[in-house]
Amino acid sequence: MYLYSSNDQQLINERVDQFRDQTRRFLGGQLSAESYRSLRLMNGLYLQRHAPMLRVAIPYGLLSAKQLHKLADISTKYDKNYAHLTTRQNLQYNWLKLEEVPDLLSELAEVQMHGIQTSGSCIRNTTADHLAGVALGEIEDPRPYCEIIRQWSTLHPEFSFLPRKFKIAVTGSTHDRAATQVHDIGIQIVKPNDEIGFRIWVGGGLGRTPVIGKVIREFLPKENLLSYLEAILRIYNQEGRRDNKYKARIKILVNSLGIAKFTELVETEWQNLSADSPVLNKSTIKSMQDQFQLTYESIKDDLQVTSLEKDNFAFRLWFKQNTQEHKVRGYRIVTLSVKAPGEAPGDLTDHQMHGVANLASQFSLGQIRVSHEQNLILAEVKVSDLPSLWKALIQLDLATPNIGTLTDVICCPGLDFCSLANASSLSIADQINDQFDDIDYLHDLGEIKLKISGCMNACGHHHVGHIGILGVDKKGEEWYQITLGGSVESSASLGKIIGPAIAKGKVAKTIKIILNTYVSLRDPDETFLELVRRIGIKPFKEAVYV
Amino acid sequence: MSRNLESRSSESQSSVLIDGRVAEDHWRNYCPIDHENLNDRKDGIIFPFEYWLENRSECLAYNGPKGVACKNTDDISQLKPYINELNLICIEFPIATDGRAYSQAHLLRQRHGYTNELRAVGEIEIDQLFLMTRCGINAFVFNEDIDLTQASKYLTPFSVSYQ
Ligand code: SF4
Repeated sequence: MYLYSSNDQQLINERVDQFRDQTRRFLGGQLSAESYRSLRLMNGLYLQRHAPMLRVAIPYGLLSAKQLHKLADISTKYDKNYAHLTTRQNLQYNWLKLEEVPDLLSELAEVQMHGIQTSGSCIRNTTADHLAGVALGEIEDPRPYCEIIRQWSTLHPEFSFLPRKFKIAVTGSTHDRAATQVHDIGIQIVKPNDEIGFRIWVGGGLGRTPVIGKVIREFLPKENLLSYLEAILRIYNQEGRRDNKYKARIKILVNSLGIAKFTELVETEWQNLSADSPVLNKSTIKSMQDQFQLTYESIKDDLQVTSLEKDNFAFRLWFKQNTQEHKVRGYRIVTLSVKAPGEAPGDLTDHQMHGVANLASQFSLGQIRVSHEQNLILAEVKVSDLPSLWKALIQLDLATPNIGTLTDVICCPGLDFCSLANASSLSIADQINDQFDDIDYLHDLGEIKLKISGCMNACGHHHVGHIGILGVDKKGEEWYQITLGGSVESSASLGKIIGPAIAKGKVAKTIKIILNTYVSLRDPDETFLELVRRIGIKPFKEAVYV
Repeated sequence: MSRNLESRSSESQSSVLIDGRVAEDHWRNYCPIDHENLNDRKDGIIFPFEYWLENRSECLAYNGPKGVACKNTDDISQLKPYINELNLICIEFPIATDGRAYSQAHLLRQRHGYTNELRAVGEIEIDQLFLMTRCGINAFVFNEDIDLTQASKYLTPFSVSYQ
């Protein structure tokens, strides 16, 4: 993985010093709350409902064992022994003391981590396919480009005060696991003929006005990546609305100008870029790619998985549901379910973090990934190690065989932690876990992505859930609106609302009715999403609102 | 609170932080309403952007140092023909979080080849001096009465950068 140069290290050290000084001035009354606000946000610090919350960047979702140990230690020392994985490959601490945050950040800096630009109206942490580098059929690993973008966007002098937040995602596979079409800029590595380059999407996003992005350039040569981003960002910085924060995202600008006009502005700007704008030469790309190379053992005898734990049904179930094929023979990708029944989706205790870090050192080349689906991944596991790993994961309560099923819920923190929330989301996840505790039934239902947000800001990405649940406030009571048919994979679509919001106590029951409808109407092998796309929402609506 | 350019009294003497040093500000704003006679003056005068464009020959004929004050919505590429005539360009930050003027600064320096004083006015926070400097701004006038020597220490919180 990418290791910091001395310059990288110096920059984050100086960022800690800067933030320490800003916090000191704020606490000493020399800096107003309003001035401090934009400064702390740019360092990922929110003043939340109960206590300050800090968002730590996990660039493109990749962590070393050492980093995960440090994240665990920090949760013990500064928080209540746990941390929360977000839907954008960040990690959050929820119970901090403001005056301790500078010390926390300096501990993070020791392991090359930071909270820079995890919030605020700037270019945020760049996310990637969580199976980057190990997925079968990948065109190229997106992470070297993510790191190049991370560096370019860090403390960018021109683009630190944009109209609104700005999110970039990169994928290197045709199967899009990075949700590129719902990002401000989505970058897909493509190979239309012999040359590899990028297809650039712009103006996608969730939140109040969910929009699928549009293609602004079908093919961009690699060396132009940063200059093209610069052109888009400059047009956005100058033309994006600043009078209304709900209309300030780039998607609104793209929609109001129309994609043709917006493209013309960007292309003209791009042609005009002065000679000093960044060009990515081959050697820069190559040396960045080298940093992400791993050395695998060559495993000759193809161990048959069927010979492992031969009669152990629980192992086989886990193997089928929570592991995936790796591009290298003899290896397997293992997803750790951070969605155990009764636990808040995406929450990890310090004990679990240390445990996973140790398992990564032992079984997965010392690396861990976090997915935007709020799970952890050990991506480099030898097939022969799977039984030992599985047993250890059971001890850590991270082996629930529910990956990709209904209970692998994506969920924002909601009313319990978030000051913007209309309704609780964790309790809904809980309700659903209680209602659907039969693992055979879950497996029979097959792949279902259930996503829950506690308000219109859509941090739980409910618009693109096969089933989406949105918390709404009705005269001080918590109600929930249900959408069906959203998806963020290759042919992205937004879910459709099935009808009036549902009372809190009835959400899981309603989901049950929806799933019964699916089971009774599906063709053999037809997934939930396929059925909804085929027959529309009407039959579901009729079943729910009888 | 932000005060706009015009509200700076044209005769008041104030200080400017320029190239890291505190200096007396010798520039004053031209008041188009008075339509004053420029023939008898030789001091630095800052013309509003639109006034400059509409009365370019009159402005260009002025004998003293010439400056232009832009709002962050002005199309600064229109200054391109006069880039070598201008001794000062002011760009405005009406609120600290409005980042449009950063792009203006970048373009003036990198695309239009402007090399004289580029001054930030408006709501300038000391924590932003670094970014502004890196976009090519080399002079700062603050709305609030702050200790400029102290502020100058915030020009370079970072010794490294990526861009
Ligand atoms: S969706 Fe709303 S409630 Fe949930 S975390 Fe985001 S802002 Fe908070």
